Amino acid sequence: MSVEVNERQEPAASPAREPLVRIQGVKKYFPITQGILFQRHIGDVRAVDGVDLEVYPGETVGLVGETGCGKSTLARVIMRLFNPTAGQIWFEGRDISSIKGRELRDLRRDMQMVFQDPYASLNPRKTVGSIIADPFELHKTVAKDKIKGEVQQLMELVGLNPEHYNRYPHEFSGGQRQRIGVARSLALRPKLIVCDEPVSALDVSVQAQILNLLEDLQNEFNLTYLFIAHDLSVVKHVSDRVAVMYLGKIVEIADGADLYREPKHPYTEALLSAVPVADPNMARRKKQIILEGDVPSPIDPPSGCRFHPRCPKSKSLATQGGDSGGVMPMCTEQEPELREMAAKHIAACHYPVEARTIEPDPQT
Amino acid sequence: MPEPLLEVKDLRVHFPTDDGLVKAVDGVSFSIQPGETLGIVGESGSGKSVSSLTVMGLVTRKQADITGEVIFQGQDLLQLPVEEMRTIRGAKISMIFQDPMTSLHPYYRVGDQISEAIREHRDISKKEAFDQAVDMLDKVRISQPKQRARQYPHEFSGGMRQRAMIAMALSLNPDLLIADEPTTALDVTVQAQILDLIDKLKAEFNAAVIIITHDLGVVAEHCDNIEVMYAGKIAEYGRTDDIYYGPHHPYTWGLLNSIPHLGTETERLNPIRGLPPSLINVPPGCSFNPRCPYVFDRCVRDVPELIPEDGHHAAACHLSREDKERILHEEVLANR
Repeated sequence: MSVEVNERQEPAASPAREPLVRIQGVKKYFPITQGILFQRHIGDVRAVDGVDLEVYPGETVGLVGETGCGKSTLARVIMRLFNPTAGQIWFEGRDISSIKGRELRDLRRDMQMVFQDPYASLNPRKTVGSIIADPFELHKTVAKDKIKGEVQQLMELVGLNPEHYNRYPHEFSGGQRQRIGVARSLALRPKLIVCDEPVSALDVSVQAQILNLLEDLQNEFNLTYLFIAHDLSVVKHVSDRVAVMYLGKIVEIADGADLYREPKHPYTEALLSAVPVADPNMARRKKQIILEGDVPSPIDPPSGCRFHPRCPKSKSLATQGGDSGGVMPMCTEQEPELREMAAKHIAACHYPVEARTIEPDPQT
Repeated sequence: MPEPLLEVKDLRVHFPTDDGLVKAVDGVSFSIQPGETLGIVGESGSGKSVSSLTVMGLVTRKQADITGEVIFQGQDLLQLPVEEMRTIRGAKISMIFQDPMTSLHPYYRVGDQISEAIREHRDISKKEAFDQAVDMLDKVRISQPKQRARQYPHEFSGGMRQRAMIAMALSLNPDLLIADEPTTALDVTVQAQILDLIDKLKAEFNAAVIIITHDLGVVAEHCDNIEVMYAGKIAEYGRTDDIYYGPHHPYTWGLLNSIPHLGTETERLNPIRGLPPSLINVPPGCSFNPRCPYVFDRCVRDVPELIPEDGHHAAACHLSREDKERILHEEVLANR
């Protein structure tokens, strides 16, 4: 499967842009073994199972999906925190899928991560100053006597009081801790920042502060974000493009607004309809699709289209065709490939969705 | 107006700690009618969980100074002896907790845990109780309930555990169900299943439901009335439409403006500045005053009262009605 979305053009950028990150056919399997001494390999958890994706400089790509769909694993493979089982990863045109040692460490300067849990991702026994200074000491990009100044500058940049340099993480609130995490990730002036659920542990009012901060920093440093979250409204708000994952595969990629307005994949449609809307009138008009059952096990994913056992569209088409209770044969037999269904809108489905899920708001 | 099912009057729950008195709930009054769904929204530390735990009798006088009244079906639950409270809790008022992983006992089969709850209140044999548990699992749409009842919680997925919790909570046909962040730990698709299930079962059992959440979308879709809490007090109370289309408290405005809406393109979010206050040192006057953009001298001096404007919708704010309407239309609704 190979889908090129190179035609994509950002208004502010030159037409022939190289992607910052390009991945092709990336798989990550975690082996399951049995026995203590002679560990027999009895299967694999196919966390990521053949993903192609391109991320362009300066853009934000959102990655959404349910728990266990492989979105965090994919991000960690791109960061080379996990080695891919198969497939290739290019960063700025360079193949980084198997680099090691010194080379890999140098690469990490260009890609950083902000984690979900601001309580667990900061060492409680270190001061904030030394947490943010760690990247400088590891990579020796700044002279020793200048580190403190740099750190205080970073703290100011993310909206922390530089005088709190000597405080410990427990003295800060959740939102402030997340700011510390952001400051640390910015220390080496990376090109790519992977945000793995950066706001899901925060209260709504604080969440908005962090989202605005990330946006400001992106404009200031021309950062590229890979933004993982399960909250679709947050992802749509921050992302230029959104990729939807299901059971280790990307099922749809489109501009955030397009994806919301005209989802092509029945899974995306169901996912969007499940999001509670903070608007009672719109909520009443909304056609809600309740998906039956749970996500199947990634150890033995369903044949053909992985979504077919839960797909309401395939089921209703089969019922119309006289096979009530079944799904369309095509969906069980043949795996759909990602193909372009509208401009800059690709999805992997044999029977894509035609109608809208939610009526557009007349006021807007 | 019919007799309310539950009426909470001027409830105060203060925890003495080494650092000072934590005023988790500080003068909360509300009521709920049979069959109504009430949403309580607020950020962490706003007192939404503590107030419902107190209604359940799970915060005791040993732990905290509790004053006020909690009138449920005509009797004040705060005055009841522990044994009598035990006959009400679980049978007439039951609760679903946020984390289904930690609220089921890992050592016991799911069916046994549900039947134990039934046998606590009904004088029936183990076998009958187990059959009822299987029935309940079927009602919450767990497939193969007979086999599932014999399994342990770790064999259930997150959504199924939450269903099992709901089965347990509804097994004695309670009049009031309190759901404390029932779907926060779940995916949106599972969340939709669970909320849909609560709605349907509520109609079937004719129970009243209190949903406690920080998600403004969940309350918009499922509640009749909404109570917005801030720093241990109710900031605003009203019908769901009042809260979304005609809110009258700056905190509610701030909350609604700080979430991205799926349907509309928002260029930039408008967060509430600052942080929620410490419950030990609540600011004088209106507790929201340090974060409020419309603050004036009276806000720092007097605590605003929650007075209903039209007999129902009420906001605890000193701004005049004209000012509220003006700000609402010029600055709040215009931004949507």
